[in-house]
Amino acid sequence: MNDRILLAHGSGSKLSHDLLEKILVPPISNPLLARMDDAAVFELAGKLAFTTDSYVVNPIFFPGGDIGRLAVCGTVNDLSMSGAEPLYISLALIIEEGLEIAELLRIIQSVKDTCEEAGVQVITGDTKVVNRGKADKLFINTAGIGSIHRGLDISGSNARVGDKIILSGGIGEHGIAVMSQREGLQFSVPVQSDCAPLNKLVADMLRASKKINCLRDPTRGGLAATLSEFARQSDVGIIIEEEKIPLHDGVRGACELLGLDPLYIANEGKLVAVVSPDDADRVLKAMKRNKYAGAAAVIGEVTAGHRGRVVMKTKIGASRIVDMPTGEILPRIC
Amino acid sequence: MKFIDEFRDAGLARKLAHRIAAISTKQARLMEFCGGHTVAIMKNGIRQLLPPTVQMLSGPGCPVCVTSNPDIDKVLALARLPNVIITTFGDMLKVPGSYSSLQRARAEGNDIRIVYSTQDALQIARENPGKSVVFVGIGFETTAPTIAAAVMQADTEKIKNFYVICLLKLTPPAMKALLDLGEVKLDGIICPGHVSAIIGTHPYQAYARDYGVACVVAGFEPVDILQAVEMLVRQIEAGNATVEIAYTRGVRDEGNVRALEMMHGVFDVQSATWRGIGTIPSSGYRLKQKYSRFDAEKAFIIDPGPVKEHQGCCCGEILRGVKTPQECKLFAKVCVPENPVGPCMVSAEGSCSAYYQYGDFHER
Repeated sequence: MNDRILLAHGSGSKLSHDLLEKILVPPISNPLLARMDDAAVFELAGKLAFTTDSYVVNPIFFPGGDIGRLAVCGTVNDLSMSGAEPLYISLALIIEEGLEIAELLRIIQSVKDTCEEAGVQVITGDTKVVNRGKADKLFINTAGIGSIHRGLDISGSNARVGDKIILSGGIGEHGIAVMSQREGLQFSVPVQSDCAPLNKLVADMLRASKKINCLRDPTRGGLAATLSEFARQSDVGIIIEEEKIPLHDGVRGACELLGLDPLYIANEGKLVAVVSPDDADRVLKAMKRNKYAGAAAVIGEVTAGHRGRVVMKTKIGASRIVDMPTGEILPRIC
Repeated sequence: MKFIDEFRDAGLARKLAHRIAAISTKQARLMEFCGGHTVAIMKNGIRQLLPPTVQMLSGPGCPVCVTSNPDIDKVLALARLPNVIITTFGDMLKVPGSYSSLQRARAEGNDIRIVYSTQDALQIARENPGKSVVFVGIGFETTAPTIAAAVMQADTEKIKNFYVICLLKLTPPAMKALLDLGEVKLDGIICPGHVSAIIGTHPYQAYARDYGVACVVAGFEPVDILQAVEMLVRQIEAGNATVEIAYTRGVRDEGNVRALEMMHGVFDVQSATWRGIGTIPSSGYRLKQKYSRFDAEKAFIIDPGPVKEHQGCCCGEILRGVKTPQECKLFAKVCVPENPVGPCMVSAEGSCSAYYQYGDFHER
């Protein structure tokens, strides 16, 4: 096989079949995918969650992950944040002519590893090849289906006054890792993307308590966007304490240097939970036992005042608004 | 983190705030000149810690904000020329000129690239010998040395396709212009930290001596700023205006001599047009004759077209400290970061953006 993707790989010819049968399908194969029909056919019962997301990150490999891991984690996490157990995902690739096949192999291997870790299966997919310059190496779309346990109602509009805000760990790691890789910035404390599937963490949390009212992964727009969404959707105020927000030294240094606010920087392996006050401790303990939330902390609470707004107590004891981010902060980080 | 945590210490900050409250009896109107200070003050909520006698006003120290519409139009006209690559710091991208912005020009297919330093712009010039690479030279005395260095390097390496559109501005003449206008009666100035690291403190002596305005150079952490406020209040209480440095780890009286030499070697002083203030003599830089082949305004025929100013926007008054952002009718209503009317809402260091983004929620 040629060592680069050619337009012919997307033409439906023998080359297309070779690409699927030799490169793309074997690593991620399972009985549903192996049928190679136009659609995957399966049975599911009960309450379901369905989501989709596209990934255009540049560069496609970055410290701590790659576009393949990101595409699986993103969809797994979106399902998990509605309390669903992720089951099946789709995988659609838009490949730029000229991509090295070795790179594609690494990405597919990474998809496989991440699917195994999360316990989900790719059951349908698609491949397109576009002319050089019409895409940036590789774009991926994934969609996913998950099932929701009866009685569970997790939504951004469920926050109640008195609830505690729990954050699963340090913020801004994905955004800074991608940015430093892309711009060739080297920091003395290197930052790795936090890109990770969070479905098992959510399962641990739901075992500890059913009183988890909101869950969200603060991806683009960062912690600030997620908390602002909760405040608006639930029509409550939120107050957080700057001092309590976990922050990796490398992220802090990079933000100081570049004049960025870590509250607005993307994460791909963190979640924010709004939990009833009587269960906050139990949930926090369960989280800290999971490898992706060792640094989890209660960072604030839901208040009756300043509805629709997030306010942060600064380290020196004053307070300020934390608003929705506006415009482009960092280009293409997911 | 070393050299940062000490200057964000909550206990120390509160102690300074108490001390300021204890010694302040006279009305003290202080202006922070620099946009970086405005952001730090709002972000940390420093105004909430100060007694009612101390009033903080924001000055014109945001380079993006004081760039006039005609100058932005010039950059946009350059961007539309064939085979031109515009290189710029990211905060210029969203600033509206008369009819467009670099962000919009980029979407229309013009080649506009964000760089982190003038060295990146030089590298783009080396990699694209068939194109003309123009660096948008916006900034104060802090950015000027890096632009001077890039021009000198381009000269040494004989890079023929690198140009600068020189819109650099100088801080002390603008401070003097504000004091001369006399619209705002100032008792003290928090002098810029990074600018002073380059120019030193000598240029401020005249403000203390001739205008009786207390001057203290401050760093950018909460403790730095509170310390500077305390020093200013002491001067005001004693009725004795002088120039002092609170930011001793960054600034010396003589400034950065090497950087100053480079600036003087590459630039000549000329008048410049500041948004909201107008033309101020000796407040800008142009490239010296020796380096004029790098001057984009000379190398290209630029036709920016007619200028249009934005109606109802108070950026001018806000930049002069005459109005606070909340006193502008458009603030947080029509003019918001996602739909900015004037540059003070666009730039990260703009007063309106800082007040909007980090404001005390009681004020919104």
